[in-house]
Amino acid sequence: MVTFHVEHEDGTRHPIEAPDDMGLSLMEVLKASDYPVLATCGGMALCATCHVEVLDGKDGLGDASDLELDQIDNLPNPTPTSRLACQVRISQELEGAVFKLRGESN
Amino acid sequence: MITTDICIIGAGPVGLFAVFEAGLLKMRCHLIDALPQVGGQLSEIYPQKPIYDIPGYPEVKAQELVDNLMEQIKPFNPTFSLGERVDHITKQEDGSYVLTTNDKTKVHAQVIVIAGGLGCFEPRKPVLENLEKFEGKGITYMVKNPEMFRDKKVVLAGGGDSALDWTIFLADVAERVTLVHRNETFRGAPDSASKVFDLANNGKIDLILSANLKSLGGNGKLDSIILENKSKEEIVLNTDYLIPLFGLSPKLGPIADWGLTIDKNAIEVDTRDYSTGVERIYAIGDINTYEGKLKLILCGFHEAAIMMHSAFKYVYPDQKLSFKYTTVNGVNSF
Repeated sequence: MVTFHVEHEDGTRHPIEAPDDMGLSLMEVLKASDYPVLATCGGMALCATCHVEVLDGKDGLGDASDLELDQIDNLPNPTPTSRLACQVRISQELEGAVFKLRGESN
Repeated sequence: MITTDICIIGAGPVGLFAVFEAGLLKMRCHLIDALPQVGGQLSEIYPQKPIYDIPGYPEVKAQELVDNLMEQIKPFNPTFSLGERVDHITKQEDGSYVLTTNDKTKVHAQVIVIAGGLGCFEPRKPVLENLEKFEGKGITYMVKNPEMFRDKKVVLAGGGDSALDWTIFLADVAERVTLVHRNETFRGAPDSASKVFDLANNGKIDLILSANLKSLGGNGKLDSIILENKSKEEIVLNTDYLIPLFGLSPKLGPIADWGLTIDKNAIEVDTRDYSTGVERIYAIGDINTYEGKLKLILCGFHEAAIMMHSAFKYVYPDQKLSFKYTTVNGVNSF
């Protein structure tokens, strides 16, 4: 298991514990934890509704693919540490990481 | 006016297979899709990618699956309106519907099946106060008629291929073109990027890098844009037009206004027959949602079969539906 955090609008950080051996993506875990992630495209890096900002621990996430970078580059509100949660695999490297949701939620 | 039994919105794999299931019950189908070709995401986004979870196919390329589905539904002579989006539906006195597309095609159908997948790809909008107020009054998300920008001041925002291409094109049309991009570099085609840098170096366009759109100004019509650069300084641009080009994002589109129950961009259905809350309208495939929903092509196929058996009562109200196997009856074309 691995534990990381999601920072809410009010600045509070909430832990999520997730299995790191099931090949899950961060998007899937966020959805399963009832966060309002649309994930319209189902994890194909097409809709960017699972856009997250990595507040801490970005080095453990691995590099983004060209497809993901193209999507992020097109967004009107990217940050220097933006990622698409559907392209981030849950692994031990995520221990202690902090994310903030930035995708469209309607 | 096109007349059919079933009008299917969306010609992706699930919409196509729905034609087969309808055909077995002697119901005719017309399909409408916003894309210019059939196949939906499979043909548009990943035609050469292999799919591994279609029963009976250990591996099949996406386009090959679409081609096979087209072959499979051939006996039932479906008709198509491609490159069109359904904008309105109007309920008739007898309960049937007339669908109208953006190209003014009209289709009369007893039943509507929404198999719209991710929905329509629509321009992604920047988050700016008063954005909607200026839409059509200086803000446009696509260049349909370049002549409207002739001798006008135009600001484009974005860094992808379309922002680069339109900057290059409009440089010869508009009085002044300004491209605003939040980075120092472009991820678009290197050729186009170097052309844009050349135009800027030659004074043909203004290129403002490392800046973001911050606010809009104008009284009824857009006349200025305020940008913010890396050092948080404001830059005011006077302009006639702003064209934000931040890529496309899948949206439900006009379907969202048809009185259906929508949850997170998907249509809620009754899993007994994949009907929506509105009589004679069904939703199948990736566009529907229910407890335990899996966005899989094979689940969409299953939904299509169940749904068509339910729709039979609207097409043939006086007939009793008898369930038949293709192994017993074959496929009787019409």
